[in-house]
Amino acid sequence: MTQTTTAELDNLGWADAYRLRWKRRRLLWRSFRSRHQLSLVTDRTDQIKPNDVLAVMTQRNEITRLPYVLGYHRQLGVQHFLIVDNDSDDGTRAFLTEQPDVSLWHTKHSYHAARFGLDWMTWLQIKYMDGHWCLMLDADELLVYAHHESRALQDLTAWLEQQGRHSFGAHLLDLYPKGPLNGCSYTAGEDPVRALPWFDAAPYRAQRQQPLSNLWVQGGARERMFFAQTPNRSPTLNKIPLVKWNRRYAYVNSCHSALPRHLNSTYEGPGGASPSGVLLHTKFLPEIVSKSAIEKQRAQHFHTPSDFDDYYDQITESPDLWTTNSTRYTGWQQLESLGLMCSGGW
Amino acid sequence: MTIGIVMLVHNTLDRAEQVARHWTAAGCPVVMHVDMNVPKKTFAAFQKSCSDNSLIVFCKRHRCEWGAWGLVAASQSASELMLQNFPDVRHVYLASGSCLPLRPVQELIDYLAARPRTDFIESATTADVPWTVGGLDHERFTLRFPFSWKKRRFLFDRYVDLQRRLRIKRKIPTGLIPHMGSQWWCLTRQTLSAILQDPERETYDRYFKRVWIPDESYFQTLARQYSSNIESRSLTLSKFDFQGKPHIFYDDHLQLLRRSDCFVARKIWPKANRLYQAFLTDQAGAMKKTEPNPGKIDRIFAKAVERRTRGRDGLYMQSRFPRHGNENGLTSNPYSIFQGFTELFEDFEPWLAKASGARVHGHLFGPERVEFSGGQTLINGALSDSAKKRDYDPQSFLTSLIWNTRGERQCFQFGPADTQDINWLSARDPNAQISVIAGAWAVPLFKSNRDFADIRKEAALLQKIESDHLEILRSVWTKARVRIWKMAEFVEAPMEPIQTIVDEIGPTIPRRLSEAPTMVDLTGFGQFLQNLKNQGMHPYLMGDFPVEQAPVNMSRPSRKPYLVR
Repeated sequence: MTQTTTAELDNLGWADAYRLRWKRRRLLWRSFRSRHQLSLVTDRTDQIKPNDVLAVMTQRNEITRLPYVLGYHRQLGVQHFLIVDNDSDDGTRAFLTEQPDVSLWHTKHSYHAARFGLDWMTWLQIKYMDGHWCLMLDADELLVYAHHESRALQDLTAWLEQQGRHSFGAHLLDLYPKGPLNGCSYTAGEDPVRALPWFDAAPYRAQRQQPLSNLWVQGGARERMFFAQTPNRSPTLNKIPLVKWNRRYAYVNSCHSALPRHLNSTYEGPGGASPSGVLLHTKFLPEIVSKSAIEKQRAQHFHTPSDFDDYYDQITESPDLWTTNSTRYTGWQQLESLGLMCSGGW
Repeated sequence: MTIGIVMLVHNTLDRAEQVARHWTAAGCPVVMHVDMNVPKKTFAAFQKSCSDNSLIVFCKRHRCEWGAWGLVAASQSASELMLQNFPDVRHVYLASGSCLPLRPVQELIDYLAARPRTDFIESATTADVPWTVGGLDHERFTLRFPFSWKKRRFLFDRYVDLQRRLRIKRKIPTGLIPHMGSQWWCLTRQTLSAILQDPERETYDRYFKRVWIPDESYFQTLARQYSSNIESRSLTLSKFDFQGKPHIFYDDHLQLLRRSDCFVARKIWPKANRLYQAFLTDQAGAMKKTEPNPGKIDRIFAKAVERRTRGRDGLYMQSRFPRHGNENGLTSNPYSIFQGFTELFEDFEPWLAKASGARVHGHLFGPERVEFSGGQTLINGALSDSAKKRDYDPQSFLTSLIWNTRGERQCFQFGPADTQDINWLSARDPNAQISVIAGAWAVPLFKSNRDFADIRKEAALLQKIESDHLEILRSVWTKARVRIWKMAEFVEAPMEPIQTIVDEIGPTIPRRLSEAPTMVDLTGFGQFLQNLKNQGMHPYLMGDFPVEQAPVNMSRPSRKPYLVR
């Protein structure tokens, strides 16, 4: 018979369960320790009201993206942003301190050593987000869920809670322009989807990973262009960005997987389809070309950065990701009919 | 004569007040029941803000919890107060704080005035409807439920188990036939007062206090005792999801609700400003006198429930990743796999494309690359021809291909030299049409210009692989439409099987094939097989080929396509 594609969530022995419990505690302890690396720049956390939807983000030099990303999620219903600035030098900090709903922390420490910023963010989540719905974002991500033009995030979270769900999964969808990467133009504040309207509708593949029971989704444009020969190394596309947070929770690997395990069961099987969304990934704005050279130098991304030198080199050459089989983004209805997200009966 | 509204409120009091004022503006008195769980202070403020309106009165408060007696007690107290305080009320309408009138109130008044003796209450016996979610149907009436389902789930379940094991059954009061239905009803004064003033009420109340979810059965059962004319439907539009929780209406449902012509809908999302604004101010609408028509809404929500519980066949994604055996359709669309045809016929692929109108690929699972039709390197949805990527997860490659080419029949060639990981998937898949000419892999070897030792080795390997595959195709788990011919048998009369296959594929009008594909020249093939045998490798899958001469219809070396009459 074929290999079993999924496993039940509840088939973990007590020893493994206990090991995961300690893993979670270890992660929480790391995060607790990492609080010393953060220095407070602007504290507006007194504005946070119970039941607010909060967003947490780590970023560096994202002045071109931030105005739109903040505005977009503000409009969806995020009431407060908690942002860690990893030593930007492009005016990001000044911009963020002016925002009325942003609390800002600054750090010069290594992004890589802080588990790609996760330690810092987990600490903020422990301190401020207990009991809140919490959205973990990157500066180049835009959350899309069913009916997002007419229904606020609070509507979504209230409905999820009514359904007894405490996490909401999203698929990271790479957007790209037609023509060479540095060929399009983008000015800060503009909708990046206008500059990057194309994406790959397929192929995406998934597998269930143990012991965390999280899905591992891969595929899409970046794999087609940069990882065709090493598909095992292609980027992970599943995320769990929206979680009703508890201070004892911890993300394990970016927000791809989390502990305790039930947070990963955004799909519980069998048969049906649970609600899920899409994170539009606006990584391929023209500035990526120059930034890639810098990122290759800094070696702060990926577990073993040297494995990915090729990837940066290829991007620096400003390739054209577009093909005649690319799909032009038109809205969430399109993503749902293509099977990239699901309204889940909402 | 008018109607009275009994409103059960537990949160979003401002919305409740807004709706209540809408009712009273049309002359309908409103009796509010505010849940005891609402803090005293909040309640006092609410009462005060409504105090300027003499048509809004407040009844005794009860603690309401889902599935418990409190909701019935609340309806009773409020109804009693309504009947007593407002003598010209003829119908009493039970509504919640999140109900919203969709049509002008006067239309509802007229509608009910035209049916002065009718009780609108959904009421059905448990045996006849599959409504209940969660398993308790008739047992709601025969077991006791002292523990809260919401707060004491464990005790609730254990106590139900215990009663089942001990076979304890409650006696249903004589004369009562348990009925269930939507808790939102509209009863006439006559029926309602008969229920409330029944000399036996004490007994009934005591019984229903320990029934599970009495608000869905108390009035529904008792109305059957007294009403002369029951319309078993609720005037309130209310849809439920697969967990039995009410669907919520948002701003974007505005047009849908407008077209439903229902009088009242629930449950309205309290932040749906546009809905409240549209339906509570828009009184100018012409009198339509139409019957409520929730058909379209029914369809939309039934679809939503199906999307949630079943998903879409053949789609594998982040939030739909069925486990083995639970896929509800392994792939999304029918497709055809041909094994041995392209080896046996010289121009099979273009011929098949022409004859069937389908998209015909080469060996999609070939070792070198994915042979998409027309030599394409990328097809629908940006599937690439990289063999490496395909072999990383061949099953996902196939399901993804079929999903992304929805609406167009896919055919592809397969063979023992290809990646074999999809064999179980395709065999288990009712969408797959698999046609195999067993042993045809020997033809390219026969035609090749290689050392015989190599050929012998290769033939042995391919035969082993194909025989494993055939075993899968003949297993009891196979659900695909499988056809297997021995090559010897196939070349005797090739057109008949091909006609059947093409007819099965064809969305085009069934017609006789006018042109046949050209078969390769098999002269000497029998000798070739004999040579293999002489070397100790017995090719058996293709059946028996005579050594001396090729089969009858093969004797003609003619390249000319022949006609079938």
